[in-house]
Amino acid sequence: MPERPYRLSPDVSLRPEPFGALVYDYATRRLSFLKTPMLVAVVRELANQPDVPTTLDAAGVPDGEHARYLDALAGLAEAGTIQPR
Amino acid sequence: MKLVEHFKEGLGGPICLTWELTYACNLACEHCLSSSGRRDPRELSTDECKAVIDELQRMQVFYVNIGGGEPTVRPDFWELLDYAVDHGVGVKFSTNGVRLTPDRAKQLAATDYVDVQISIDGATREVNDHVRGPGSYDMAIRAMDNLAAAGFTGFKISVVMTRQNVDQLDEFQAIADAYGAQLRITRLRPSGRGADVWDELHPTQAQQLQLYNWLVAHGEDVLTGDSFFHLNALGSTPLPGLNLCGAGRVVCLIDPVGDVYACPFAIHDAFLAGNVLSTGGFEHVWRHSELFTELRQPQSGGACTSCSAYDSCQGGCMAAKFFTGLPLDGPDPECVKGKAEPALELVGAGSTPRPDKDHSRTAGRTQAPVSLGMPTPRAAVPDRACDTSPLAGLQADTERTF
Repeated sequence: MPERPYRLSPDVSLRPEPFGALVYDYATRRLSFLKTPMLVAVVRELANQPDVPTTLDAAGVPDGEHARYLDALAGLAEAGTIQPR
Repeated sequence: MKLVEHFKEGLGGPICLTWELTYACNLACEHCLSSSGRRDPRELSTDECKAVIDELQRMQVFYVNIGGGEPTVRPDFWELLDYAVDHGVGVKFSTNGVRLTPDRAKQLAATDYVDVQISIDGATREVNDHVRGPGSYDMAIRAMDNLAAAGFTGFKISVVMTRQNVDQLDEFQAIADAYGAQLRITRLRPSGRGADVWDELHPTQAQQLQLYNWLVAHGEDVLTGDSFFHLNALGSTPLPGLNLCGAGRVVCLIDPVGDVYACPFAIHDAFLAGNVLSTGGFEHVWRHSELFTELRQPQSGGACTSCSAYDSCQGGCMAAKFFTGLPLDGPDPECVKGKAEPALELVGAGSTPRPDKDHSRTAGRTQAPVSLGMPTPRAAVPDRACDTSPLAGLQADTERTF
């Protein structure tokens, strides 16, 4: 996953909230949540960066947190919230 | 901070918004939450409804649950449906099926972002028509047949659980399975005309346990609109959902005249926060109304705080307490620990808040009651076919991502 470029799925909208964001997938009608503002920043930044590690750096994720964020992104990819582009 | 704690403080917009488009209804269900029947002459116009949809789009309210009354009897219903979908506001609408012709079913099957919920309150004609009126079962089944024939699968079959239909849970599931539909069961509330039939229709304590066990066994395959969290004190397995009263925090209701209430089950002045036509519109009511601000403050468990089950049931449902005359910080009238009985005994005759918005067709009974060979609910007149569910569709996996 990390080497590839990703983006937010075109079926998905994010609504900013104090805890992070509400995620709505119009295709599956599923509601889910991004529970940190930094994860929201990462997800939004994906489309602007060539790969995932660069995205994490660009969004300001500390090195020690990369593994945790990669796990989270893998989950989002599996759910269809983000997708390769 | 856990996500659910954020929810208690309120969000930028509702997660689940119920919008009753009209109080007009062709049916007269005995337990109608909104005492529907007659159209309110002050009903929002087509343009006013579109302005509300524009605002929901701006606030990123991704979908609404539309009900009534019977929403499809509004002449502009299909126009508003298309308008909402075209503006990024998905629609799930509840109907008794009256207008779901084969052609409409085909149109719906071809539309993205629309979900349909057909109401039945008995798995048999006899049990259903007793509550919803003669002909209502056949009408709902015909609508389901039309949807299935059009290739619309995954629609919802919505059932309000009563003393008469708890034993039919497996039969409801079988009907849903036969149509490739999804079963949704919700709690009977003593709201609207439901206040008149509450004593006869609400499930017994034994049935509550039966219901809880059935829900635990069926898990997330069955939708509940998060309406049974008061049953969580019955066992160690929490039911899927937020276990939270979302009133004014993540849910609210817009009624046909644009009034905004904290909860879909509490159409009463005590829970009225404002109107979408006032300055600032819906967004102002949601974010700044006095009532919603108050509901987002930490709530006291009151008399329930010392109960070992409080963490699992959170004191139950605000609307159920209110309309049975119980204090909002006390036990739910269906408290599974039996703690409501002493409190209910103290509620004097006549001191229960009456539903104060009656749209029943009072011109006289238009239908003969269907006998079940059981005590007949008090003579109630026409009503509507509605049911609404807060938090419907909300997934239980709210703790999944982080």
